[in-house]
Amino acid sequence: MRKEKMATRDAYGKTLIELGRQNRDIVVLDADLSKSTRTEYFAKEFPERFFNVGIAEQNLMGIAAGLAASGKIPFASTFAVFATGRAYDQVRNTIAYPGLNVKIAASHAGITVGEDGASHQTFEDISLMRGLPGMTVIVPADAVETRFAVKKAAEVKGPVYIRLGRPKVPVIFDETDYSFELGKGIILREGKDATIFATGIMVSRALEAADVLADKDVDVKVVNIHTIKPIDEDLIIRCAKQTGAVVTAEEHSIIGGLGSAVSEVLAENYPVVIKRIGIQDEFGMSGDAGELLVHYKLTSKDIVEGVESCLKMKKAL
Amino acid sequence: MIDNERLSELKSTAKKVRINIIKMLAEAGSGHPGGSLSIVEILTALYFQVMKVDPSNPNWPDRDRFVLSKGHAAPALYAVLAEKGFFSKEELMTLRKKGSILQGHPDMKKTPGVEISTGSLGQGLSVAVGMALGYKLDNKQNYVYVLLGDGEIEEGQIWEAAMAAVHYNLDNLIAVLDYNGLQIDGPISQVMSPEPIKVKWQAFGWNVIEIDGHDFEEIITAINEAQKVKGRPTILIAKTVKGKGVSFMENEVDWHGKAPSAQEAEQALRELNKGEE
Repeated sequence: MRKEKMATRDAYGKTLIELGRQNRDIVVLDADLSKSTRTEYFAKEFPERFFNVGIAEQNLMGIAAGLAASGKIPFASTFAVFATGRAYDQVRNTIAYPGLNVKIAASHAGITVGEDGASHQTFEDISLMRGLPGMTVIVPADAVETRFAVKKAAEVKGPVYIRLGRPKVPVIFDETDYSFELGKGIILREGKDATIFATGIMVSRALEAADVLADKDVDVKVVNIHTIKPIDEDLIIRCAKQTGAVVTAEEHSIIGGLGSAVSEVLAENYPVVIKRIGIQDEFGMSGDAGELLVHYKLTSKDIVEGVESCLKMKKAL
Repeated sequence: MIDNERLSELKSTAKKVRINIIKMLAEAGSGHPGGSLSIVEILTALYFQVMKVDPSNPNWPDRDRFVLSKGHAAPALYAVLAEKGFFSKEELMTLRKKGSILQGHPDMKKTPGVEISTGSLGQGLSVAVGMALGYKLDNKQNYVYVLLGDGEIEEGQIWEAAMAAVHYNLDNLIAVLDYNGLQIDGPISQVMSPEPIKVKWQAFGWNVIEIDGHDFEEIITAINEAQKVKGRPTILIAKTVKGKGVSFMENEVDWHGKAPSAQEAEQALRELNKGEE
């Protein structure tokens, strides 16, 4: 892991400029949050292809659908809570059902929104988007992965949900040897005792947890699941067979997100003990993002404990 | 202006469309006759007089587009598309049946000529705004037409889109409001009045034209007028009769979402066949 930090929303904003220069069909929409979602970078360079629809998320999704139906490749951005909650029916009926080529790139997902509190923190967005037929769901772990994921999203046909975050997070990957394959997990560390499947900001935390566990002679495999849908079934089953114990880690509710997706795959194919690290069935609150991550048990220490309790269960079987 | 020969052709097409609406709904055993019958002249005028479309090439890039925002009036759209030749009229009798290309509400992936899937009300105007912006970006001279229900404008998203259409100066967007005065639970004025409708659209900055939604000359003249307006969108507030053309359905709220029985269909078809060409 490198020392530098960058928010995934910053990487998104920069990548949009790249895409805009390469392809005239790229258009970007926002709902009065362009400064926060970083779509303002695109707006500055391509004002004629940027549409700020004001505080109207339902209309945001409808206009994006219309542009997609006209052959454009719209990226629609707002906070994740509004993109997936406020405009859920628009996303369902007018984007996902007709399979339109809209890219919903939503920032400020999860607890790390921080001080704004529960009204602005979504832990159910992955769950909502994952339930929609044909919707691709991507949660990048760092700035480098974001860049590759956004470019891939522009390439593939059909609706894509990209989950972005507010805080600066460690850069894990190196541009020069990173490759993004949609729907394919990435093994970041080999191990035989347990597998940690992590997504988003929890990937760097999972790697830290693996270091701590190594000092305790626990050898864990760490897998980055950047695509929650379609989920990498083969890899998940293979890792479960190799390690016999699985921990999932996500900045999302344990209901409906990565933990659920992995559990579904393993329950039907190769049941092993599973521990889900994530937000329990509750709403968030205001506070410093770092403090909230501790409060909601989303630290590397919590992942370490998760692995240890999982290994205990495995032994007791 | 249209000549008498053209007018009688349009009237004859509308009659065939109405007959097919009744036949397909009776065969389907469910669906929405009232709001389908009220928009027959509007759709017929659009597809047979106004719009640039090519039934043999539904995805022709230089076509005009139509959005049926009140998606439950799908039978009217399907009957018109079939009449125009987008697909065989035999398909009409498969409406709402398993495996049909004609879903209960419009599905752009299944039906040639359907530009956008609708059914959840209040969303078509936003889509039409997006399509109109798409044409502007491509410097195309095409128009986007969108049909709204009068009950439908109770949805808040309509007004988000109404604001946006004016903000973006979309003079290539023409909306038509099917002002039949009824929604499922009763008269719009009683359920949740959207009145005064005209001044609301005017206040949002739209060019508003009031017409009789069953009069071809008024519909076509108004659209011609709307096309001349620069810098802002136009809405035609089209006064219509829900259930138009079938005596026992006209202005009867119960015919919003119920199919005619075989006997009722027979009577309806008798009336329609007798009616003026």
